[in-house]
Amino acid sequence: MRNPYRTQKIAFSLLFLATLLIVVPVGLIVIVIIFKGFPAINWQFLSDIPRQGMRSGGIFPAIIGTLYLVAGAIIFALPIGLLAAIYLSEYSKENVLNRIIRLAIINLSGVPSVVYGLFGLALFVVFFKFGASILAGSLTLGIMILPVIITTSREALESVPDSFREVSLSLGVSKWQTIRHIVLPNAIPGILTGTILGLGRAAGETAPILFTVAAFYLPRLPKSIFDQAMALPYHLYVISTQVPNVDEKIRYGTALVLLALVLFMNLVAIIIRYQFRRRKKW
Amino acid sequence: MKKIETKNLKLWYGKFQALKSVNSAFTANRITAIIGPSGCGKSTLLRVFNRMNDLIEGIRTEGEVVIDNENILDSKTDLVVLRKKVGMVFQRPNPFPLSIYENIVFGEKIHVDHVSKESLDEIVERSLKDVLLWDELKDRLKEPALRLSLEQKQRLCIARLIAVKPDVLLMDEPCSTLDPQSTSRVEELMRELKNKYTIIIVTHNMQQAARVSDDTGFMLLGELIEFGQTHNIFTAPKDKRTEDYITGRYG
Repeated sequence: MRNPYRTQKIAFSLLFLATLLIVVPVGLIVIVIIFKGFPAINWQFLSDIPRQGMRSGGIFPAIIGTLYLVAGAIIFALPIGLLAAIYLSEYSKENVLNRIIRLAIINLSGVPSVVYGLFGLALFVVFFKFGASILAGSLTLGIMILPVIITTSREALESVPDSFREVSLSLGVSKWQTIRHIVLPNAIPGILTGTILGLGRAAGETAPILFTVAAFYLPRLPKSIFDQAMALPYHLYVISTQVPNVDEKIRYGTALVLLALVLFMNLVAIIIRYQFRRRKKW
Repeated sequence: MKKIETKNLKLWYGKFQALKSVNSAFTANRITAIIGPSGCGKSTLLRVFNRMNDLIEGIRTEGEVVIDNENILDSKTDLVVLRKKVGMVFQRPNPFPLSIYENIVFGEKIHVDHVSKESLDEIVERSLKDVLLWDELKDRLKEPALRLSLEQKQRLCIARLIAVKPDVLLMDEPCSTLDPQSTSRVEELMRELKNKYTIIIVTHNMQQAARVSDDTGFMLLGELIEFGQTHNIFTAPKDKRTEDYITGRYG
């Protein structure tokens, strides 16, 4: 005879195991990186340039380079992404062109990051003659995170109840004024969340900056947006594979800084979202 | 005085005809109720008067709707001007997630450049007094409007509307989410307001129409079956279908 309780227990165990399997690698990655990297973290490591062929000293130029790239990416991607999201959410009607636009956005988010790197090389570095520079790298990263920003911004705009739009219009407020004064202010937390998630992604990617900006070894800070720069993910790649005899501590220390930066950004996004959900009452 | 007149008004959602040759006249400073079963077109008719139906794709109208001697269905109609004049109260109280104060001055701040703090204060006081909320809320103006009770929210929505100085108030089942006591207080408010405004109310609730309105129109399947003084409609309907409806033979 079948025992329904036994099959239930088996099912439950399988489900639980599968869930556990997701947590284990995340936990292990974080734990290993913290244990091995934390001893490297000190003020000198964070504030000094790499020395002795990157075998000692710090990673300050890479931190600054990554911050520049992230800031640059957002300066390009946020305005364009937000305007596109407003158009798609508030103005676009259902037709072939808009279906193509939506499809393009979905596909854009599926493009492998190394392809963005090649694209950035061809377009910004070579064609526009920006050279390998912060400008070219930021633009490439900006294009890579555009779909994230457009999609999350659009969701944020669309989650503003239609009744708000309707009331505003019924008070003789024009459509643009309605978007400006009602829709946007209520969508800002969602837009911010999406933007920060995009930034986190931009900070962590290696491939798009590989050909467009990243310097192998540049023990000084960039002076303009046409300079090359070091960046954390690429620096990590270099000291892990290209330079022999780098102390494990330094490699894991670099990984820890990068991880902390990305996790910090995601944490900010989560806090904003949480605060917003708590306040929102409609 | 005739405020709004519809002449052979027809309206289609795509292929579906929602209004069939509606002829009606709404008088200033009276409350006109539009009653009828669900889907009869009463809300659609109401939303013609401030052209809110324009938001729906695939809508088409024929005929005329004359408000103050102007056909508002004309493509040259300035919707911003029209909607300032013909305001709407919705079924669900829908204040913005702003403070009570900011809700009321929302329209004024957008419509008028560099409006002074004093004149905003004055608008808030006058509008809240008009909806009989001033005494309750005058010390809570900075509080979020979403914290108010349903009835207060709906009154606030009316205050927000009259702050932009409309002539006509369209009310789309304004009491359907309120309890009976709140409903009767809002009805009381409507009677106060009719001295200044032309009020058209769409309602499911026949008792409400009988209590609050001066004129009543009965609609069925997109047609305006009967239109006249409320007293006559409810005591001596001319049309058999009106009689069936008010005696409760339709849903």
